[in-house]
Amino acid sequence: MKFNLKVYCEKTRLRDIRVFITEKLKAYVHDDLEINQMVLAVDEICANLIIHSNYCNANETINLEVSVEKDGITFEISDEGEKFDISNYKEPSIQEVVQTKKKGGIGLMLVRRIMDKVEFINKEQKNTCILHKRFNHTQKE
Amino acid sequence: MINITTNIEGKDHIIIVEGDVDASSSIHLDEALTELANDELVKNILVDGTQLNYISSAGLGVFMSYIDDFKSKNIKMVIYGLSEKVLNVFQILGLDQLMTIVSDKKEAKEKLHEVQS
Repeated sequence: MKFNLKVYCEKTRLRDIRVFITEKLKAYVHDDLEINQMVLAVDEICANLIIHSNYCNANETINLEVSVEKDGITFEISDEGEKFDISNYKEPSIQEVVQTKKKGGIGLMLVRRIMDKVEFINKEQKNTCILHKRFNHTQKE
Repeated sequence: MINITTNIEGKDHIIIVEGDVDASSSIHLDEALTELANDELVKNILVDGTQLNYISSAGLGVFMSYIDDFKSKNIKMVIYGLSEKVLNVFQILGLDQLMTIVSDKKEAKEKLHEVQS
């Protein structure tokens, strides 16, 4: 099963994204905590794309595709903004984040803790982030 | 989709956070905490999270950015009333160990007194 959502690059659209994913996942996942974690991971990636890759330019869009498969759920989030190079990303420690008081930098940390696979692919003008979460025993039959 | 109210109960300042704290709304939480951090009379802050529906890294980042400030100004902050799913977000990165989070207002007040004694 596949679901698709396209949103404009405005921070206020993040709520629409969360509502969309929550609605779709409810049919497949029992555990509210697990749904919230996946919603959070996608929200973090979309917030980064909207703010850092597209500078909140409402003429730009991001596309979200949710694929429910046998073994788990895959989220593909794509845009045509500035690419994110994960090889240049060094995860800070929590202590560093507290000391620098910069109020950012932990979004990707959360995504990596929550998801089983986090991948960034840049092809020509298109950037795609792929997140995969394996089902655990809470999957609905 | 956020509403922040600050009340004063005796010597305690209570911030009631309602709705979603995400990348678009965390600025309001930040402003409310800045105001309290800059007020020399503020020594105890209780964050009422009973109506907090969602928090993302933007909201966590706001709370984290005041940890050192509050410590140096001798301000105590206790968060209470978080739902299981919101508390879980704090726990993913172990932030529940860096901040004082308790289940309800009564316990939050006890915690403030215990810290002060």
